[in-house]
Amino acid sequence: MNVRAVFEHRLASVVAMAVVAGALPLFFPSAYYYRVAALVFVFALAALGLNLLMGFAGQVSLGHAGFMGIGAYAVAIGPTHLGLPSWLPLVAGAALAALVAYLVGRPILRLKGHYLAVATLGFGLLLAIVFGNEARFTGGPDGMAVPRLVLFGWSARGAQAWYWIAAAGFLIGAALAYNLIDSPTGRALRAIHDSEVAARVLGVDVAKKKLAVFVVSAVYASVAGSCLALLNGHITPDVSGFLRSIELVAMVVLGGLGSVAGTLVGAALLVVLPQTLTVLHEYEHMALGLVVMAVMIFLRAGIVPSLAHALGSTRA
Amino acid sequence: MTILAAEHISIAFGGVRALDDVSFAVAPDIVFSIIGPNGAGKTTLFNVISGVYLPQQGRVRLAGEDVTGQVPEELARRGVSRTFQNLQIFLRMTALENVMVGRHRHEATGMLADLLHLPAVFRQNRATRAAAADALDRVGLSAFATRSSASLSYGGLKRLEMARALASEPKLLLLDEPAAGCNPSETAEIEAIIRRLTRDGITVVLVEHDMRLVMNISDRIHVLANGRTLAEGTAEEVRANPAVVEAYLGAGALSGEAVHSAGSADHKR
Repeated sequence: MNVRAVFEHRLASVVAMAVVAGALPLFFPSAYYYRVAALVFVFALAALGLNLLMGFAGQVSLGHAGFMGIGAYAVAIGPTHLGLPSWLPLVAGAALAALVAYLVGRPILRLKGHYLAVATLGFGLLLAIVFGNEARFTGGPDGMAVPRLVLFGWSARGAQAWYWIAAAGFLIGAALAYNLIDSPTGRALRAIHDSEVAARVLGVDVAKKKLAVFVVSAVYASVAGSCLALLNGHITPDVSGFLRSIELVAMVVLGGLGSVAGTLVGAALLVVLPQTLTVLHEYEHMALGLVVMAVMIFLRAGIVPSLAHALGSTRA
Repeated sequence: MTILAAEHISIAFGGVRALDDVSFAVAPDIVFSIIGPNGAGKTTLFNVISGVYLPQQGRVRLAGEDVTGQVPEELARRGVSRTFQNLQIFLRMTALENVMVGRHRHEATGMLADLLHLPAVFRQNRATRAAAADALDRVGLSAFATRSSASLSYGGLKRLEMARALASEPKLLLLDEPAAGCNPSETAEIEAIIRRLTRDGITVVLVEHDMRLVMNISDRIHVLANGRTLAEGTAEEVRANPAVVEAYLGAGALSGEAVHSAGSADHKR
């Protein structure tokens, strides 16, 4: 594939997703749909960061909702307790998440496989406990209200505004992810995934590259967490809970490891399905579990890569 | 002058002495082969030289400089590259992308520039792609550039690893059984490739079981058995050494007749 084809392919995917995001509201009968769709893009953004870590570099994190929590509580605590203008904590939260990821990642990214999974799990639990116990700042288990985002005098309110903000955020994240795939760092990360020893022998500083992508994935999660908090107007420690982390992993794996578009599909599935399955009442969770199992059995590489393969395309 | 020197290298795994006081020196721009029966310690020696293992005793010197304890990525920056006996291919990438990773130590852009795909990244990619295509051409794999690496034959993957190592522009190239599992015509191609490398100023250290190839191409041969040095010399000297004949090769194999793999070498023992 020459440079031009790669570029066009990359651009085409982002444009296609932008068209979907732009056209979707035409089919929304009520504001409620804006809200659900906004949630899809918010979780897709967090899952996309995780996909950079899992799908490209082959490193797992079971504590990524912890970084969502950092972003979420930043936009809640910043204006409420520190009197900051509402946009600043969004940036500061991302910077804090990056710093935490750097400090935590240095020791734990040396671990491999299951050991890394358990270490990240512990990190996520730790943050959820902190958010739950520091009641003076976080409101404890009951959570706290999140002031509205105000940008240049414009106040972002309502599901419709947040739909567009979340969609734009995801599309930017997607464009950056596509940029990374076909770059020196992206190739190094993909090499690490397949053979660490070969990557090292070719001069790739494996520890440094893993840490870099971990930091970037934390920033994705933090920004998504901030958006989630601002969209909901209220947050609880659940935002950074273990179940959230598992949901993010499930979105990545269902949609397709290493697939940017797949992440959006995976997030859509896990956000929309529970909403539509409520008609099944007490069988809701069972039905959701069955759908997830069926996807993994019949579309083993994840939804988008499996379908793309079936349609004869090389990469989705 | 010496480009690579191993001095009294010893390493043990559990109670097993994999390498026991092994020393040798390699002159620039030659083919230096390390031979020995399975389990002699050849691959372990490669792992020590390329920084994958830290020797418990002894030093490794590159052009006189002590590099013992340096990790593989540091040694890569000093111009050491290698291939692997049990292939270490990036199977999710195309053949060309595999070789592009070999250019990593010559690439200068960072994570942030790469995320934003700044013009510098665009130029970097173009330069990397051209150099990688050139390296693929040197091993005769140009036609497979855009193919998934997983679709290449075993012999093709062996050559792909060579191209990947070459793309890093090494001064010292360690080849771990490049001809294993290759048919005679593929082996002949690999012989031709190795000859071109030394002409281009690359020193080749070769581990190989194909005795015909080793005897044809080696300027010097170092013989290991049970982790110890048994002999060293030119092909003629090694061939004439009774200890080598007894310990490893078997009289028939020394002539380089019809021995193409580790398996057949063992049968001839």
